[in-house]
Amino acid sequence: MESTINKTKGFVIRDLASRYAIYLVLFALFIGIGLIDKNFFSINNVRNILIIASVRVIIALGEGGVLITHGVDLSAGRVVGLTACIAASMLQRSDYAYKMFEKLPQLPLWIPILLAVCVGLIIGILNGATIAFLKLPPFIATLGTMVIAYGIACIYTNAQPIGGLRDDFTRLASGSVISIPNLIIIALIVACIIWFILNKTPFGKYIYAIGGNPNAAMVSGVNINRTLISVYALAGALYGLAGALLAARTGGATNNYGLSYELDAIAACTIGGVSQSGGIGTVPGIITGVLIFEVMNNGLVILGVSAYWQQVIKGIIIIATVAFDIRKYIAKR
Amino acid sequence: MPNEYILEMRNISKSFPGVQALNNVTLKVRPGSVHALVGENGAGKSTLMKCLFGIYIYDTGEIVFDGETVLFKNPREALANGISMIQQELNPIPYMTVMENIWLRRYPVKNYAGISVIDDKKMYEDTKALFDELNIDIDPRDLVTTLSVSQVQMMEIAKAVSYNARVIVMDEPTSSLTENEVEQLFNIILKLKEQGVAIIYISHRLEEIFKVADEVTIMRDGHYIGTWQTDELTMDMVISRMVGRELTNRFPERHNVPGDVILKVENLTSINPKSFKNVSFELRRGEILGVGGLVGAQRTELMEAIFGIRRIANGHIYINGKEVTIRNPIEARSNKLALVTEDRREMGTFPVLSVSDNILIASWDKYVNYRFVIDERKALKDVDNSIKTLNIKTPSHKTLIQFLSGGNQQKVIFERRLFTEPEIFILDEPTRGIDVGAKYEIYNIMVELAAQGKGIIMISSEMPELLGMSDRIMVMCEGRVSGFVDGKDANEELIMRYATQFA
Repeated sequence: MESTINKTKGFVIRDLASRYAIYLVLFALFIGIGLIDKNFFSINNVRNILIIASVRVIIALGEGGVLITHGVDLSAGRVVGLTACIAASMLQRSDYAYKMFEKLPQLPLWIPILLAVCVGLIIGILNGATIAFLKLPPFIATLGTMVIAYGIACIYTNAQPIGGLRDDFTRLASGSVISIPNLIIIALIVACIIWFILNKTPFGKYIYAIGGNPNAAMVSGVNINRTLISVYALAGALYGLAGALLAARTGGATNNYGLSYELDAIAACTIGGVSQSGGIGTVPGIITGVLIFEVMNNGLVILGVSAYWQQVIKGIIIIATVAFDIRKYIAKR
Repeated sequence: MPNEYILEMRNISKSFPGVQALNNVTLKVRPGSVHALVGENGAGKSTLMKCLFGIYIYDTGEIVFDGETVLFKNPREALANGISMIQQELNPIPYMTVMENIWLRRYPVKNYAGISVIDDKKMYEDTKALFDELNIDIDPRDLVTTLSVSQVQMMEIAKAVSYNARVIVMDEPTSSLTENEVEQLFNIILKLKEQGVAIIYISHRLEEIFKVADEVTIMRDGHYIGTWQTDELTMDMVISRMVGRELTNRFPERHNVPGDVILKVENLTSINPKSFKNVSFELRRGEILGVGGLVGAQRTELMEAIFGIRRIANGHIYINGKEVTIRNPIEARSNKLALVTEDRREMGTFPVLSVSDNILIASWDKYVNYRFVIDERKALKDVDNSIKTLNIKTPSHKTLIQFLSGGNQQKVIFERRLFTEPEIFILDEPTRGIDVGAKYEIYNIMVELAAQGKGIIMISSEMPELLGMSDRIMVMCEGRVSGFVDGKDANEELIMRYATQFA
């Protein structure tokens, strides 16, 4: 009798451990790096990590929704780059010597940001439509738009960097409300909205259903095409927002912005427990995945690891975390 | 002295976290005999077989094969020792040919200047010889994707035989076979018996067991109930030992009275010339219309077309006397139609989603406030009530559906449809792969719905079910309706005659 109780207890602990594996990994990384180097724990450094993670969280949330439908969006990074250029080009200081549009009047902040979001949205709709109506595999459809978005960014900027951004725009990223950085607040608001969509609306339920079993979703009367287009459109809009914020944070933009951000987002989502076979994934998980990534990036720099070795270590951590996390889905023998 | 038993599984126990799946189970199989293993879903039959093949590692017990204690680490090792299996879930490699599937990992090779090359000609001839011996009419060079489900099943049977195994496990081998093919399988089994092969036969169709089995081992809830000679047993004895209680009737009593015509189908013809043609029928309120026929009679295709999943070239559909066009399942749902599909795994369940999400997926629109916010409390209250009404056995509505038994999964899918408040139910093989107890509950739901005045169409390939549950039976053959039989006058022969009319 006692042995069964012990067995069940062991099972519960193991079950909890595997369910919260990623949170434990984040915690361990955080404490571990901090113990090696005290600077890591400084308020400034933590703030820095969170600010950088904010933009990444917004991108990952867009990518995450797509992944849950058992799709993938490779265009994320390049759309971020393109929209960063668009927003930046319209928010240069009037006295800046290399202004892209010399005659452009001083626009209110929201117009270029909204434009960036709309460009992302349109590319997203394009992605969704080719996937839904032309039945293209998401990998190919978004590979296409990824290349197109980069091309447009090059044409638009003529491959020249865009600098001299207006102070009110860069303050959007550097400012804070009651000492909480704006970017963190924006990312949190976006996260709440996406959490709400995924959990509290039929649209969210359909996203999980399509990823869980597209045929059953079709028979159940889920409008698959509409749902897919909406998911990619939502993702595109988030990339647009992220692009504008990235330009504001870095004070400029180039056509090479956003390179391989989609891969970072996919890795972060996967670390955060989003299933590669669709139907599984949560907003807290995705945020944790991004934080693991950023804590790691920052920690490796602080510890003085060379940039090349950082890449190797990042790759190993991606594989190790997912290998650990995936255990909860592997059938027990 | 030869061993009395070729295979003995002695006192096998296996537990999973929180469940004792097998508790001292014993199975002794004689060479040259058919040994049926029966029990409800979840009784532990598949788990026992997985222990035999090393897919699971059993906790205690012993397996003796041909006089020697064995412990196979994986199915390949079992195969190498002469134990093969026909899986319940077929997993062929679709874009390979039939022969490549059969001889996988043991292709005949020939030498070209020291390089081994697959000998396609020999493989073809070997396959042809194997098929001829077993009376199977499939071209070995066909791609597996081009085969019907029953042809794939026959291919898997041939594959199991091709290993020259001394024990063959057949897990629900007839679930997708036509009546003729079942006969063919029985002939193959006889032939194998003569060669001294032992067969472990797992099936939910008790009629078959009485036809082919020499001995029967019954399991219940992971326990060994006993082993009997088949001729010592009656159907009722088997059922009562399986479910652990007396089950007097396999079908509930029906008091439904067919009323007005609710669905009328006129000259429905598929865009696919090989599919259904000129199908006309009527369905009344409160009527259970059985649809019989062999596999390939295009019954599923017809029903999927009515439900808007497949295209029709011409024909008309009337619901309550009004002509309707249904181009997709969304329009089917708004026309008060409900479809429970044949293939639960492929088109029914969302394995990684919870029971409640599985139930609510088709009816979220009913539970939204402010046009888009889900009223979760109300939805879950209805879900919890429905779980109680249909007696769905699940720890909670949060449990993932993949952890439920087949019968309970099917009840969840019924519930999903009930939530859309339909008037017409199309049930495609509603009790396939479900144990006796759950079957009875599904029949009860159908009878209840009919009593409420809903119209029910039930495709079934199980003759007793078709005869026992239908008010009227429509028989199809090769895409056409070959006859209607009143439930009271129906018998097996009459239906078979119609089912093979154009063949």
